[in-house]
Amino acid sequence: MSLPGSGLEDDPRLEGSRRSRILGHAATRDRRNVWIAVISTVVFFGALIVVVVNSPGWLQIKQTFFDWDEFWSSIWSILRYFRLNVFIFCVAEVLVLALGLFVAVLRSLPGPVFAPLRILAIGYTDLFRGIPTILVISLLGFGMPALQLQGIPDSKIFWGIVALTLVYSAYVAEVYRAGIESVHPSQVAAARALGLTRIQALRHVIVPQAVRRVIPPLLNDFIGLQKDSALVAFLGIVEGLNRANIIVQADFNFTPLVALALIFLIITIPMTRFVDYLIERERRRTQGGAKL
Amino acid sequence: MTDSAAVVEAVRIEGLHKSFGDLEVLKGIDLSVADHEVICLIGASGSGKSTLLRCVNLLETIDAGRIMVHGQEITADDVDVNAIRRSIGIVFQSFNLFPHMTVERNITLAPTRVLNLSSDEARERATTLLERFGLADKAQEYPDRLSGGQQQRVAIVRALAMQPDIMLLDEVTSALDPELVAEVLDVIRELAEGGMTMLIATHEMGFARDIASRVCFLDDGVILEEGPPAQIFEDPHEERTRRFLARIVAAGRM
Repeated sequence: MSLPGSGLEDDPRLEGSRRSRILGHAATRDRRNVWIAVISTVVFFGALIVVVVNSPGWLQIKQTFFDWDEFWSSIWSILRYFRLNVFIFCVAEVLVLALGLFVAVLRSLPGPVFAPLRILAIGYTDLFRGIPTILVISLLGFGMPALQLQGIPDSKIFWGIVALTLVYSAYVAEVYRAGIESVHPSQVAAARALGLTRIQALRHVIVPQAVRRVIPPLLNDFIGLQKDSALVAFLGIVEGLNRANIIVQADFNFTPLVALALIFLIITIPMTRFVDYLIERERRRTQGGAKL
Repeated sequence: MTDSAAVVEAVRIEGLHKSFGDLEVLKGIDLSVADHEVICLIGASGSGKSTLLRCVNLLETIDAGRIMVHGQEITADDVDVNAIRRSIGIVFQSFNLFPHMTVERNITLAPTRVLNLSSDEARERATTLLERFGLADKAQEYPDRLSGGQQQRVAIVRALAMQPDIMLLDEVTSALDPELVAEVLDVIRELAEGGMTMLIATHEMGFARDIASRVCFLDDGVILEEGPPAQIFEDPHEERTRRFLARIVAAGRM
C-alpha cells in the first residue's frame, strides 16, 4: 500500500479507475477506497447520533415522537385503518390510469372536427390541476351528499375517491400526453401507410410506446396519490391518519403519527425499486442490453 | 412512353403540386407508370423525390393535380384513404419498425387489423415471407436487436405482407452502412424480377441502371428528364442531369 510521494493520490482531478491505472495499483486502490468510504460514513453518522442524543431536548423528543411502547401498541390499530387508505388509493389509481389516458387521447385527436373535445380536455386539465386537492375533496365530499338527491351516493369514501381521481387524472393526462407526443411522427406514418386507421395507430403503435416511456413519472403520481389518500381524513372518514390522530389525542404522544409515516414509507420505497427493476428488464429485452 | 392497349396503367400522376408553407417542393409532376414497371427517381436531396412518394401513398395532402391508381382517382375528396393504402406499400429510409413489437408482430399487425386475417393466417404469411428473405430466425426478435440491413428487410416484408400491387421505396438504403446495402438491394431486385410495380427513390445509381425500366431525374420539383437507364446515364440530354451525374461520379457513388 506504499505509494510513492507523487502527490497523485491527493489529486481530486484524477478520479477512480483512471488514477488507479496511473498508479498501477488498481485492485489495492479500489479496496482501500471502499474502506475509506465505510469508515468515514460510520464516523460521520456516529458523531451525528452522539450529538443528537446528547443534545438538551433529546429526552423529550424521544418520549414524544419515538416511544417504543407507544409505537408497538398503536401501529396495529393504525394498520387496520390504513387498509382503507390502501383501498382508496388502489381504486383511485385504476380509475386515474384509465381517465388520464382517455383525456390525453382526446387532447391529441387531430383535425378541426375534434376541436370541442380538445377544448374539453384542456379545460378539465387546467381546472383540476389548478384547484387545491383538499378543496376538491371538501367540495365533493361535503357538498354532494348535502344535495340529498336521489341516485347520488352519500358515501364520503365514494366522493373522496371521486375527488382524488379527478385531481390526479388531470396530472396523469399531462404525463400521458408528453409520452404520446414523444413518439416520433414517422411511427404514425408507418402505421397509417399500412392502412391502419388513426384510432388503430393510436391503440397499437402510439399509446403502447408512450406508456412505456412514462412509467417512471406515472409512478411518481401514484406515490403522490398514495400520500394524498390521507387527505380524505378531512371529511371525517376514519382511515390511517384520523386513527393515528385519535390515539395521539388520547395518549398525548405523537409516536402514532411517526408510525403512520413509517407505514407510508414501507409501501412506497419498495414499489419504486420494483418498477425500476421492471423498466430495466423491459429495456434489456427489447434493446440488445447496451446501456445508452 | 409505351401506349399499347395491353399495358395497364398502375399509377398516373398529373400536374402534381405540393408546398410546405412557402416552400414549393413539387412544381407540376406528370408521370405514368405501367404495371410491372420499375421507375427509379434520382436527383439531389431536396429535389422532391420523397415528397412525391409520400403523395402517392396519401401521407401528404396535395395542393393541385391528381393521382390515379389503377384508374381510380385517389386524390379525390371522397376516397377511403385506408383502402387505398392497403394496395400501396411504402418502405422508409429510417425503417420505422415498431420497436415495442417483435419482428413477427410488426408484420402481422396490419394483416390482422386491416385485412381481418386470423392470427394463424397472418403468422403463416409472415413466416413464408421471412423465410423467403432469409429472416426466419429473427421472427421473435425485437427490431432494435437487428442490424440495419435486417431491419430494412423486415420493413420490406412488413409492407409485402399486405400483398400490395405497388411498392414505393424511399431511399431505403441511405441509412445503411455500405456493407449492408447489398442485402437490401438483393431483396428489391427479387421483387422486380417477380414483376412488382415499383417507384424507387434512390442514390444508388449502379442499382438504378441495373433494375429500372425507366429513370426519372427530378430537379427543383419537376421531372426534368426521363428515359431508359442507358440513355439517362450515358447520354443525358439535359445539362443539369449531366452535372448531377458528374457530381455523383466524382463522389465515387457510381
